[in-house]
Amino acid sequence: MWKNLLDWIEYRIPMMRVAKMHAIEYPAPKNMNFWYVFGFLATIVLVNQIVTGIWLTMSFEPSAERAFASVEYIMREVDYGWVLRYMHSTGASAFFIVVYLHMFRGMIYGSYQKPRELLWLFGMFIYLALMAEAFMGYVLPWGQMSYWGAQVIVSLFGAIPVIGEDLTVWIQGDYVISGATLNRFFALHVIALPLVIVILVFLHIVALHEVGSNNPDGVEVKRKKGSLKEEEKSKFKMHEYYTSKYDIIDDVVPFFPHIVLKDLVAFCVFLLAFCYILFFKPEMGGYFLEAPNFEIANPLKTPEHIFPVWYFTPFYAILKAVPDKLFGVIAMFAAIIMLALLPWVDRGKVKSWRYRSGIHKYNLLMFAVVFVFLGYLGGTPQEPWKVIASQIGTFLYFAFFGLLWLYSKNEKTKPLPERIG
Amino acid sequence: MSNAPVDNSRRRFLTIATSVVGGVGVVGVAVPFIASWNPSAKAKAAGADVEVDISKVEPGQMLRVEWRSKPVWVVRRTPETLEALAGHEEQLKDPNSEEPQQPEFAQNRYRSLKEEYLVLVGICTHLGCSPQHLKDGAFEEQVEGVPEGFFCPCHGSKFDMAGRVFEGVPAPLNLVVPPYYYIDDNTLLIGSAEGAA
Repeated sequence: MWKNLLDWIEYRIPMMRVAKMHAIEYPAPKNMNFWYVFGFLATIVLVNQIVTGIWLTMSFEPSAERAFASVEYIMREVDYGWVLRYMHSTGASAFFIVVYLHMFRGMIYGSYQKPRELLWLFGMFIYLALMAEAFMGYVLPWGQMSYWGAQVIVSLFGAIPVIGEDLTVWIQGDYVISGATLNRFFALHVIALPLVIVILVFLHIVALHEVGSNNPDGVEVKRKKGSLKEEEKSKFKMHEYYTSKYDIIDDVVPFFPHIVLKDLVAFCVFLLAFCYILFFKPEMGGYFLEAPNFEIANPLKTPEHIFPVWYFTPFYAILKAVPDKLFGVIAMFAAIIMLALLPWVDRGKVKSWRYRSGIHKYNLLMFAVVFVFLGYLGGTPQEPWKVIASQIGTFLYFAFFGLLWLYSKNEKTKPLPERIG
Repeated sequence: MSNAPVDNSRRRFLTIATSVVGGVGVVGVAVPFIASWNPSAKAKAAGADVEVDISKVEPGQMLRVEWRSKPVWVVRRTPETLEALAGHEEQLKDPNSEEPQQPEFAQNRYRSLKEEYLVLVGICTHLGCSPQHLKDGAFEEQVEGVPEGFFCPCHGSKFDMAGRVFEGVPAPLNLVVPPYYYIDDNTLLIGSAEGAA
C-alpha cells in the first residue's frame, strides 16, 4: 500500500530520486568539522525569518502614520506578538553571525577555489541580497534609527556623479525619506528580496552538489574515473550520478543521516544561544535593536549618534575612513567586491590553511581581527583617534587581498596527503 | 569509527526519545504562531461589555447600540405588543425557543429578562443582514394579522416582536439574544449575564 503510493508519486515526480541524489546517497567528506554546520544553520534561520515574517505582516501596517504604532501593537496587544517579533529581529542578527562564520570557513579551507568559484559567487550574491533585505527590514518599524539609517544609506547613492541626486529622489519616491519610501521598502522586504534569496539559495545548493563539498583538508574526494582500486572506493552506496562520472574515495559518508545528525547537534547548541537572547536579551544591549529606534521617526531631529546595526559596521567604518564622499562609497563597495573576487585573487593551488604557508595563516587571522576591529570602530561614537584607526584598518583590510595575490603565486606549501587523514 | 556491534534496541530507544523531545519542541514553537491569531488585546477591549442607559426609551421605541461591532437592539415593548405575542405562535418555527439562540434566562415567550425590554442582536440568522423594525401595521403586508415585527430586506426573512422566526422564510433560527443583565432599573449591561461577570 505505502510502497504503491510511493511508486505512484515517483512515476510522476522524482521525489525519492532527488532525496537520494542530494541527501541519502550524497557523498560528504567524513572529516567535516564544526565549521561545516553554518550552512545548515543559515537555512534554518532563513526558514525562521520567512515564517515569522509572514506572521508579522499579518499585524504590521506599512505607512508612515501607522508603522511605529503597529509595531507597538504587535509587542503589546497581539497574543505572543512579542515572541514573533523578537524571533524575527534576533533571527536577523543570527543570520549574519552564521553567514560570517560560514564565509570565514570558506576562506580558511579554500572553499572558493577551483572548481567552486560559482558556488562562492552565488554565496556572495546571497550575502548582498541579505544586506539589502536586512537594511530595508530595519526601516520598517519607523523609529529614529530606521529613519536616519535609511537617510544615510540612501544618501550614499547621491555620491554617484551626475545622476546621484536624481537617483536618490527616485529611490525615496519623495524629496526626503517618507511614507512612500517605507511602502516600497516593505514591498521589497516581504516579497521581492525573499524571493531572490530563496532562488539564490537553491542555486547555491545546486552548485554545491554539482562540484561536491570541500573539507578541512581540501583534498578532493571525487577522483578521476578508473583511478581507484576497488578497495579504495567508498563502501557506502553513493548515487550513480556521482559514481558514473567519478571514483569516490572511501573517505565519505552519506549526507543523510551522518552529516544531518551532526548538524542537528549544532542546531541544539544554536537554539540554546538563540533562545537565551530571544527571551533574556532581545535588544542585546542595543546591538540587535538600537535604543533610538524606540522613539518614532522624526525628520527634524537627528539622534546623537547614528550607527547601522552591528553587521554593517565594518563597512560603515571603511566608508567613514575615506575623507571623500564618492571615494568612501567606492571603498565600501570595493570591500565587498574584493571578497567576491577571492577565487581569482588567490592564485594558490592548495586549498586548506592546514597545508598552506605560515604567512597565509597569519594573513587570514589578521583579516578576521581587522574585520572585527573595523566593526567596533563603525559601531561606536566618533572620536578623533578612530579616524586614523579606521584608516589603518581599511588599509589592512585591502592589504589582505594584495598580499594574498602576491604570495599565493609561488607559495611554499606543505605536501598534501593522498587521502583525508 | 568504532567497530562495536550495533545495539539495535538502544538505537531504537534513542531515535524514539529524540523524536519525542523534538516533537515537544515543534508543538511548543507552534503555540505563538497559532495563538497570535486570537483576537488581540485591542480587539478584546473593543469587544468588551457595553452599558446602555434605557431611561429615555419610550414605549414602542427602539434603541440601537453597538456591541462587538454588531448592532444590538433594545426595544421597549408596549403591553399590546406583549399580548399579541401569544397570538401567532402556530406560524413560528421555534415558538418555545428550544434552539440555543438565547441565554437560559430568556428561554420564554418574551425571550427577555424583563418582559417589557427586548434585547436582540440585530443580525438575521440567514446570511447576516440587519432586519428592519416595521411597526404600526406596516408588518401586516408581510404576515397577515401581525401589525409589528422585523423584516429582513435581503432575503425576506420575518421575525416577531420577540425575535422568533416565522415559518416559510429562509432564516432557520430565531434572532440571537445576547447575554445581558440590569445593573439598575435604568441601566443595562450587554455582554455578560448576571453573576458571570
